[in-house]
Amino acid sequence: MAEPLLEVKGLNVSFATEDGTVRAVGGVDFELERGKVLGIVGESGSGKSVTAMTILGLTRDKNTRFEGEVIYKGQDLIDLSESRLRDVRGNEIAMIFQDPMTSLNPVYTVGDQIVEAIQTHEGANKREAMRRAVELLRQVGIPNPQQRVSDYPHQFSGGMRQRAMIAMALSCNPDVLIADEPTTALDVTIQAQILELLANLRRDFDSSVILITHDLGVVAEVADEIIVMYAGRVVERGSKRQIFYDPQHPYTWGLLGSIPRLDRPKPKKLHSIEGTPPSLINLPRGCKFRPRCPHAFEMCQEEPELKKRVDDAGHLDRCWLSVEDKRRLREATIAGEAQEVA
Amino acid sequence: MSESRNGEPLVEIKHLKKYFPIRKGVLSREVARVHAVDDVTVSVAKGETLGLVGESGCGKSTLGRCIVRLLDPTDGDVVFDGRSIGKLRARALRPLRRQMQMIFQDPYASLNPRKRVGTIIGDPMRIHGIGDRKERKEAVEELLQKVGLSPEHYNRFPHEFSGGQRQRIGVARALALRPRLIVADEPVSALDVSIQAQMVNLLEELQDEFHLTYVFIAHDLGVVRHVSDRIAVMYLGKLVELSPAEELYTRPIMPYTEALLSAVPVPDPDLAEKRERIVLVGDVPSPIDPPSGCRFHPRCRYATDVCSQIEPPLVDYGNGHLAACHHPLNVDKDTLARVQASTSTPEAADESALPRKPGKEESHPVPRP
Repeated sequence: MAEPLLEVKGLNVSFATEDGTVRAVGGVDFELERGKVLGIVGESGSGKSVTAMTILGLTRDKNTRFEGEVIYKGQDLIDLSESRLRDVRGNEIAMIFQDPMTSLNPVYTVGDQIVEAIQTHEGANKREAMRRAVELLRQVGIPNPQQRVSDYPHQFSGGMRQRAMIAMALSCNPDVLIADEPTTALDVTIQAQILELLANLRRDFDSSVILITHDLGVVAEVADEIIVMYAGRVVERGSKRQIFYDPQHPYTWGLLGSIPRLDRPKPKKLHSIEGTPPSLINLPRGCKFRPRCPHAFEMCQEEPELKKRVDDAGHLDRCWLSVEDKRRLREATIAGEAQEVA
Repeated sequence: MSESRNGEPLVEIKHLKKYFPIRKGVLSREVARVHAVDDVTVSVAKGETLGLVGESGCGKSTLGRCIVRLLDPTDGDVVFDGRSIGKLRARALRPLRRQMQMIFQDPYASLNPRKRVGTIIGDPMRIHGIGDRKERKEAVEELLQKVGLSPEHYNRFPHEFSGGQRQRIGVARALALRPRLIVADEPVSALDVSIQAQMVNLLEELQDEFHLTYVFIAHDLGVVRHVSDRIAVMYLGKLVELSPAEELYTRPIMPYTEALLSAVPVPDPDLAEKRERIVLVGDVPSPIDPPSGCRFHPRCRYATDVCSQIEPPLVDYGNGHLAACHHPLNVDKDTLARVQASTSTPEAADESALPRKPGKEESHPVPRP
């Protein structure tokens, strides 16, 4: 395996709040290689966005506690001073946010906002930076970039704003691009355009991408590696094929099963994961998925660690069930049919 | 899901139009109109679920709101159970309101944060003068159970619940008056996948138990396929295709439907790689000044001259499958000939004279392994 570009080791993030300590991330490890797309999949509250924001130091606060390391080019980003981090942020690691409506400044033109990013990090003069901004808008597929560069965000449609965000993120040729639900607010037809754009950019710029999403369909299209998160933990990690064709964790099966799929005959009833995700203030003992898991047994009182259990390189999971049991039990779940309650 | 597909209609939407005026200047003169819904005719049978799909801005929510008269149609009519309600005054409409309810998309915005759950669900009954205080409380507790919450939740406030639970409260409120029709506007899109499946199953159970008719508005084509008996596809205010649910996915006629289906990401890496994805160029045009002819023509890969000049009529291709297109896909020669004979308007004659691209009868936007 090549030297990873970014390495997250034993990351824990908790926030002290009035109601108690919110343990948002409790044990995340992964490596990101150059030119690869890592998909982080999970539901709301699974800690996927907090993980991403912590990489860029966006969760720093006096009420936040960190453990673990985020190693980027030999330095730990968790300990880095704010001013050193600012050189990395946007320049070497850039981020695209979910909501293109609120993440652009409404009182500056799109061009000015891109120019600001370029000038901050590269000290180019205004004219040169503006020329680059036009070129970037062209690359992300904005028609008439020459004119549109002086438009305000409200003059752009949702899809165009997301493209403008991507152009801004790419303005300094980042090594790592973190995309947090980049297509969730968009229609499917526009989503297809943006996904195609991301795939092209990775090819043209050789950037690594961390793609955060709740949509398994999206990661199936673009990711190389996938990590599945639940209640702040990585519960399964593997290549795209391993996760989709040999999933090991019952939560992953549940996720795969609950999507109403167009590529399969329609089931009578959708499979659903019973119950709701646990409160991050008051996490259950042992495996965090235990209260919702139909296959839980005594062992699950203790939390399993994330390790290789199945005989397949790079495929890790956090479940006590034996590999044979998993293969036997998962069939019904993944088929998407609701299980009969015994 | 009920089988009364060809049954009596509960709702008939007739040439419904809804335009929103754009006003400018000190005199608030009308300078333009947003053509949100433009001449839509469709009916919903008793016990049926009609899915309504399309991109944002296609008018699906506006149509839903016109059906329950939260909005007044600009033109055209809605017939509910044989009674025209399109122009009914508020007072005359009130008794009918009991029979049609709505479930909203955002479970955070659609519940009053200052009211307790019991009041939220019980208020519709109080307003319509149903039962006394004690009876209403019992009814609410029963409803809470029906939607999978517990009667102890009666005195709680909305903020004490998760998104999925709030949406259940919204469903209980909609059921409180035992309506016959429920218009559900994106009822599951704000929920996580695992919770979404619970909600879809709940809505289906309730439909059987309370003999409900649903108009199910959603942009997620997977969810819509799962719940619907028939599906209506809208584009820029127009109904462009109407089909039995399963058939829409195996045999889309309108190229827009084909593109929409092919844009849905498939959670299967091998299939995702194999299939051909039709990526539509550009955005949905403005509904203030919609394109001439077929409104989809600027983004359509099959478009010819006729598409920009003549608006295609909605024609029946058999088996209740209707589509509005000059270049229908997945239609065999016989059906095409029959359809063209029955709509032998001058436009149709023009159309048949145009060359057709070869090989486009075969269309499989949704891959099957």
